[in-house]
Amino acid sequence: MGLAKRIIPCLDVENGRVVKGVQFVDIRDAGDPVQVAKKYDEQGADEITFLDITASHEGRDTTIHTVEKIAANVFIPLTVGGGIRKVEDIRNMLNAGADKVSINTAAVFNPEFVREAAEKFGSQCIVVAIDAKKVSAEGEEPRWEIFTHGGRKPTGLDAVEWSKKMAEYGAGEILLTSMDQDGVKSGYDLGVTRAIADAVPIPVIASGGVGNLQHLADGVTEGGADAVLAASIFHFGEYTVQEAKKHMSDQGIEMRL
Amino acid sequence: MSSIAIIDYGMGNLHSVASAFEHVCGSSIQVTSDPSVIESADRVVLPGVGAMRDCMAEIKRLGVDEIVSKVSKDRPFLGICVGMQALMQSSEENSGVDCLGLFDGQVKFFGDDLRENGQRLKVPHMGWNQVEQRDHPLWHGIDNQSRFYFVHSYYVPTSIDQNLVAGTTRYGVDLSAAIMRNNVFATQFHPEKSQHAGLQLLKNFSEWNGQL
Repeated sequence: MGLAKRIIPCLDVENGRVVKGVQFVDIRDAGDPVQVAKKYDEQGADEITFLDITASHEGRDTTIHTVEKIAANVFIPLTVGGGIRKVEDIRNMLNAGADKVSINTAAVFNPEFVREAAEKFGSQCIVVAIDAKKVSAEGEEPRWEIFTHGGRKPTGLDAVEWSKKMAEYGAGEILLTSMDQDGVKSGYDLGVTRAIADAVPIPVIASGGVGNLQHLADGVTEGGADAVLAASIFHFGEYTVQEAKKHMSDQGIEMRL
Repeated sequence: MSSIAIIDYGMGNLHSVASAFEHVCGSSIQVTSDPSVIESADRVVLPGVGAMRDCMAEIKRLGVDEIVSKVSKDRPFLGICVGMQALMQSSEENSGVDCLGLFDGQVKFFGDDLRENGQRLKVPHMGWNQVEQRDHPLWHGIDNQSRFYFVHSYYVPTSIDQNLVAGTTRYGVDLSAAIMRNNVFATQFHPEKSQHAGLQLLKNFSEWNGQL
């Protein structure tokens, strides 16, 4: 009894289309983010995260339009990330119907932006996204560093210390992507997930590397995450959100069923 | 056609509230700060997110306090999240803020060391939690202990006048998930983000005559 752990499917969207090849058997137009979001909503997703990977400026208008359409059709919380660099970007997304925005690279280059955003819009809508990679050698005390540019550029920032700083600056939640695992499908990096979940007073969302339902459960039970985010295991129809919730609930994890 | 005015005082995502109502009822929905529009509406909603000090400052600057005290006396009125907290006497947030005072009691901080069974709890209280309902028409068609979406760091305790508590939730402390008095109902959670249960509550509100 009490607060449930959350499952958050993530849509990677470019120019108004879901990329990474979403395949729901019963959705003909699999690339429409509105249809995909509705499908996840029906399956019992607790929130939806929309990651905009559109590069062009014109594409951003499409994104706002897409967010508006999702928000008008799906009545669960919606987070929008990707390209959030200015106060105006946040305002545009919230006005379009997003409940939270996720700030990534901009936080690394200008941490004051997080403080400003939290003061202006409230911590409840500011998610700070962190891409962390293990940099300690085998046998050393484990250490994780923040990387940018899809994991290519190290920043020298310690991931645990950085998370604490972001919480102090007013982040309402940390979206932690462990880069070592990302795409490899060997599960979340439970070490860094646990280290950060224990270090910060705010909720932590685990992300990166989910290949099966047990990985989701491990993120909560071993990683100490408050929510788990996954993309491809849901996109390709391998598992539904319902199945994931059942699997986690069977292991004694509090879920909204 | 009946009408619902959603009070716009510049705080938060009003479109979500508006589109959720549009999804569940045929009422005309207006997002407005115009006192005459609010006063002519059949039902009124006070939403809100963000910091209490900023919310109250905007509420006063726009004269929303006066219109709220007026319409909350005579027609179905719904407060949501900070819109519920604003109905209380005061809040501990921002080193103390005077609120609208429609309900007796103070809004409290969860604290930096919130625990349940020895385990530290994260603040904000964010996500889907269960609500123990007390008798009220707005719970119609919603199972007791249904989950609603919460996101907040401050709460209304359950130690206020028991006749005012419409629902309770446990998160380290017992908190008022909803409060009620006559034609006024207010929720700490976000019905507009609480999927089926939340939409049912909004539908109930759109049909409510304000009687208990």
